[in-house]
Amino acid sequence: MRQSIRASITIRGETMGQATLKITPPNVPAEKVSGPWGDAWRAFRKNKTAMLGLCIIVFFILVALLAPLLAPYGYKEQELVNRLKPPSGDHWFGTDDLGRDMFTRILYGARISLWVGFFSVIGSIIVGTLLGVLAGFYGRWIDMLISRVFDILLAFPSILLAIAIVAILGPSLRNALLAIAIVNIPTYGRLVRARVLSLKSEEYITAARAIGMKNSRILLTHILPNSLTPIIVQGTLGIATAIIEAAALGFLGLGAQPPDPEWGKMLSDSRQFIQKAPWTVIFPGLSIMLTVLGFNLMGDGLRDVLDPRMKN
Amino acid sequence: MSEILLEVSGLKKYYPIRRGLMNQIRGYVKAVDDISFSVARGETFGLVGESGCGKSTTGRSLLRLIEPTAGEIRFEGEDITRLSLEAMRRRRREMQIVFQDPFSSLDPRNTVARILEEPMRVHGTGDARQRRAAVERLAEVVGLTKAHLQRYPHQFSGGQRQRIGIARALALQPKLIIADEPVSALDVSIQSQVINLMQDLQSEFGLTYIFIAHDLSVVKHICDRVAVMYLGRIVEITSKHKLYESPQHPYTQALLSAVPEPDPNIRKERIILRGEVPSPANAPVGCAFHTRCPRVMEVCRNVRPPLLETADGHFTACHLYVDSAPASQTRN
Repeated sequence: MRQSIRASITIRGETMGQATLKITPPNVPAEKVSGPWGDAWRAFRKNKTAMLGLCIIVFFILVALLAPLLAPYGYKEQELVNRLKPPSGDHWFGTDDLGRDMFTRILYGARISLWVGFFSVIGSIIVGTLLGVLAGFYGRWIDMLISRVFDILLAFPSILLAIAIVAILGPSLRNALLAIAIVNIPTYGRLVRARVLSLKSEEYITAARAIGMKNSRILLTHILPNSLTPIIVQGTLGIATAIIEAAALGFLGLGAQPPDPEWGKMLSDSRQFIQKAPWTVIFPGLSIMLTVLGFNLMGDGLRDVLDPRMKN
Repeated sequence: MSEILLEVSGLKKYYPIRRGLMNQIRGYVKAVDDISFSVARGETFGLVGESGCGKSTTGRSLLRLIEPTAGEIRFEGEDITRLSLEAMRRRRREMQIVFQDPFSSLDPRNTVARILEEPMRVHGTGDARQRRAAVERLAEVVGLTKAHLQRYPHQFSGGQRQRIGIARALALQPKLIIADEPVSALDVSIQSQVINLMQDLQSEFGLTYIFIAHDLSVVKHICDRVAVMYLGRIVEITSKHKLYESPQHPYTQALLSAVPEPDPNIRKERIILRGEVPSPANAPVGCAFHTRCPRVMEVCRNVRPPLLETADGHFTACHLYVDSAPASQTRN
């Protein structure tokens, strides 16, 4: 749509010249409803490292879901004649000390690690958010009580606390998951508490009270949705931490029990063969590294997009 | 004066100052210190004063968004300070507020349609279809189009956002709207638009406004009666005309003398006040203004002057006028 105006310039009856004025209508953006999530996604897509992280995560999720289809062997299947064989056409990642196919076990291991990562973080987020909201919104002694409990939990090194919890509950993957979830509650709790405290003084919360909203409804419709972005960012980064913690517990024999193919457990089982059969250690280690890297890259990207103030 | 809609008497809001290990109360910030006034149905009542004088605290106390420390607030004859929280919540549909900052008073994650519908949903008025129709009507009333409804607050200018805030306040068809400096965050060119809109809405819906402002020219334009506040107290209440023509309280006189005059040929004497506003945590004994008053007398330092009717419909809290009060009847 281009319009032009032709005009002759006439001074004292003489035509001095002609001018063409081209008018391009100003760029009117298309009437598009861009909600906060749509905006965030558009910005996220431009962030290359974050998209790489997302790709890694999607790759491992697919691997985990399709493990039974992709795996050439069963993860418990032992071929004692083929013990500690190096990578070959039959066994892409080699075999371990019981002659089990490492490739198969890595594939199944993705299930365990992602499962622990996702669910422990979801657990921490649910409990942490609940406590954080209570502390931030209601304040007074509730805040005192909850904040002090968080302080106590944070005073222990997280892996030590997780070990203690597993020691009490007994070593198993489920208990390891529970322990990791409990250990990480204060991280989310404090985050949400701080967010709620700052939101509480926002005028739109006062506005919600002025129209006669109940506190519970204000919490659900205004405070929680507005606290969501830091939780998402922290949660994504938290999955990476949880995966490492699960691997550490597995390595210590407190997480997944044999014959479950947990990556950390695989590392500890094979560490005596590290010289003779390095592939038994390299592949589980690489898998842990890659997944954690994926979540960290994506988490950083999400933070840039959703919560620019947290950037250093 | 016509029927009284809101009657405030002895309203106080004190914030305790806590210090020390045991959080002992060491004093009070007297944000609002014993003020009384009444507002007639359909009028626009101005509350003016410099920042920190307790205007906004008063406005919010009236809706119990801030719980008053003491005093009565009679809305249509009923003392709302005694209402239970639940009863107050339901009563709020009749008294609404428009906020000063149009950028923080709208939830950034909600569309305009949602923001406007929310009050109706909270009070369960109408079904979804009726509410949507009401939202569209509201938008139209404040000069927004249907297309605006699906947008988010950050896509609007300050003036438009303030219109949304006004539309939200109107959603429940309230009788009273407390406008807490509704235009002071806006450009001057937009201010008049919003004020004209508010005036149109007032005549259309028969609204009563309590208009809080520090801009005296805006107050002159929109208000019928004005109360001047200083340090948590009302020093003068009168009609707009009397206030601007014959201000009585020395503080009001000083305040008005600071209003710039558009005509450069008119020379007027500015009354320059010396010193700072005292802290409301440590308000002066007697008249709050005595530390800065150019006409201070001995009595001012000891006795708090009552708000007395010094002329017809003109109330002043100043010892200069105590004797001239016809019958020393206190304003309730």
